[in-house]
Amino acid sequence: MHALQMSGISKRFPGVTALDSVDLDLARGEVVALVGENGAGKSTLMKILAGIHQPDSGMIRINGEPVVLRSPRESARHGIGIIHQELEVIDSLDIAGNVFLGREPTRGPLRFIDRRRIDAETVAVLARLNLRLSPRTLVRQLPTAHQQMVEIARAISLNAGILIMDEPTSSLTLTETEQLFRVVKDLRAEGVSIIYISHRLSEVQELADRVVVLRDGKNAGTLERDQIRHNQMVQLMVGRDLNSFYTPRQSSATASCESVCFEVKEMRTRRYPNSGVSLAVRRGEILGLAGLVGAGRSELVAAIFGVELPLSGTVHIDGTAVEIQSPRDAIHRGIYLIPEDRRSFGLITAMTVRENITLPALERYSFAGFIQESAEEVVAVKMCTELKIKTPSTGVTASNLSGGNQQKVVLAKWLSLKPKVILFDEPTRGIDVGAKAEIYHLMRHLADQGVAILMVSSDMEEILGNSDRVAVMHEGRISGVLDRAQCTQEAIMRLAVA
Amino acid sequence: MRRKELSILILLFVLCGIVAIMNPQFLSSANVQNTSRLIGTYGIFSIGVGIVVITGGIDLSVGSMFALLGVLLSMMLTEWHWPAALAVAVILALGAGLGLVHGLLITRLRLQPFIVTLCGLLLYRGLARYIAADSSKGFGSGKGFRWLSDLATGSLFGVPMPFVLMIVVGVVMWLMLHRSVYGRHLFAVGRNEEAARYSGIQSQSVITGAYVISGGLAGVASILIAFYTNSVSPSSHGNFYELYAIAAAVLGGCSLRGGEGSIAGIVIGTALLQVLRNLVNLLDIPGSLDFAVMGAVILIGVIADASLSRRERVHHQ
Repeated sequence: MHALQMSGISKRFPGVTALDSVDLDLARGEVVALVGENGAGKSTLMKILAGIHQPDSGMIRINGEPVVLRSPRESARHGIGIIHQELEVIDSLDIAGNVFLGREPTRGPLRFIDRRRIDAETVAVLARLNLRLSPRTLVRQLPTAHQQMVEIARAISLNAGILIMDEPTSSLTLTETEQLFRVVKDLRAEGVSIIYISHRLSEVQELADRVVVLRDGKNAGTLERDQIRHNQMVQLMVGRDLNSFYTPRQSSATASCESVCFEVKEMRTRRYPNSGVSLAVRRGEILGLAGLVGAGRSELVAAIFGVELPLSGTVHIDGTAVEIQSPRDAIHRGIYLIPEDRRSFGLITAMTVRENITLPALERYSFAGFIQESAEEVVAVKMCTELKIKTPSTGVTASNLSGGNQQKVVLAKWLSLKPKVILFDEPTRGIDVGAKAEIYHLMRHLADQGVAILMVSSDMEEILGNSDRVAVMHEGRISGVLDRAQCTQEAIMRLAVA
Repeated sequence: MRRKELSILILLFVLCGIVAIMNPQFLSSANVQNTSRLIGTYGIFSIGVGIVVITGGIDLSVGSMFALLGVLLSMMLTEWHWPAALAVAVILALGAGLGLVHGLLITRLRLQPFIVTLCGLLLYRGLARYIAADSSKGFGSGKGFRWLSDLATGSLFGVPMPFVLMIVVGVVMWLMLHRSVYGRHLFAVGRNEEAARYSGIQSQSVITGAYVISGGLAGVASILIAFYTNSVSPSSHGNFYELYAIAAAVLGGCSLRGGEGSIAGIVIGTALLQVLRNLVNLLDIPGSLDFAVMGAVILIGVIADASLSRRERVHHQ
């Protein structure tokens, strides 16, 4: 019998058909990966399962029984637990407080919270996840991976028989990812059914018993365990072959003779005050910066860009030291950052595409302090065409664009200036396959024009596919630098954990 | 004009129509003169407060600033016999200076705008009472500064001076907010201060600038209000005026979360509030209900707006 059977699910929103007669089923103790480009309908399907949206037609059965899921509460009552991509923990509460949030057991006539009971039960749930943490630890003090475990613990303590994990590894390091995989496999062994949503196909390959591919709101195909291959999934997702996913540098031999464009010397950040980082990027080179999350990579680029001032260290461009006290200084020197969290730092989502693109250099499109909208529009249209930003007009609010197009707008902000150095922090996080390829092409194109690129990434494929050289960070220092020839997943991992 | 401003403008006209029908006095020259004078005076400082609201901040101190600056203005003119031009310059500088202090405390020490300006509210009120020894300050015969009192109480071609001044201030601030680089930066900072910083905007100076503008415009308004009442009693002068300004800004489409609003909206919001007060007078509603009527109308307006925009959002999906 199936733990879950969704058949013929359709959902229309005004103007779009989000789901068109989609089927999905899930056996007890099975891990089904749900993949598809952004907008393929994955999140709508999951929102229906979560009770947030109601389907226009179709049938949902849980353990063979037809059910109607009218609210998240009903969905939870039917044993459906969801681990969201954006963590939904309350970081000022402790672990136990989060695990039992909204259903705290009470005792006594005044209905005080039964602390002893929730602590004991939390410890038991954490033990199932192989975590030895005090239930009284504040969630804000935990690393991201553990915060996510708290969410999983919450779902498990609700006796969820069906667990939906939406991009669970997008902010995890490699070791944390492995830890999560162990948990997923343990849960599967215990009979929990899991729907695993991910853009990272190597993870899908490792974990999934079956892959269900959605494209444009329809079932595009299903791959059984022995058919799961990277290429097949991509082909089903995009409906075509993506043979030129990465575009490596044409002649990497020339890299060595080119001059160093950008150099960081002995930079110490607040997070790792005792270790200085030095690295150099040549003109036209993409230097990948690999490492575990928490190795200090984001702190390093934030320090270079002047967001968080470093404790010490210098930045050199073309051999001259430059002083950077704020992002403004960095921008004046031609150093630009594409931040990891584009919705919080890369874009002002409530502003239009045009306003976002021109924001860093409004002075160029203004006269005597007054903005000339026609000049602004010219640049915005030019960038949208060059970067193939899909938007009905430049006057559309940035929040309405897909993740990939938003990321292109962030890039457009800087490309309309003359970049010397671009710092990419997780350039394709949460972006679908098609847009990923376009961003990789752009990155290589920029490098070919002589821009020095420093790319922080926790995605191994991304590092291996794009970097001319790879520097690996471990606990605040560079543990090694690998040439293209030496770059293998194993070599990078060894340095990352060393 | 965006939907928000348009709908409140319609509300304003409807309200005016109703009052005019129920009491023709509403359209009498004296009443129109007086109401527009008040709209002008309140409009000037409401624009300043509204700009602060657009940065995501708030300015609670303007009412007490009117008391402090009003007392000082009276003393400069009638007790110390300063030239009127100098007194005006000092008042404006003081207003802008206090705004600068608020801005610096908020941006450099990272204090919350609510707390900083709440302390201002208490502090300036207390100082005003102390300086004036808790007694009212007037302007006597007005000898030597007639032109200044004319600015507050006179008219230009039949239009009250404060209203003319508000139009001038409004146009300048409109250009600044909706056409200049600074204005764009102001909205950017109000919507997402961090992202603005990542785009190279010096958010601290942008925010500080908004408080300086608010303080400066409060300085202008303090002179108009002092001459309008012609007597400054330090314990009650300007009480609650900061709330009129915030209410006008919110009615006019400014979001207290920041990043939203317009000069036109703030001005229309101010006008609506003044017409409401006028309505209480003209329709024989007990004066004690003054605040209650305003509170009820603002609440209804905000509820209507929230349900309208919810319907819009549903349509967009």
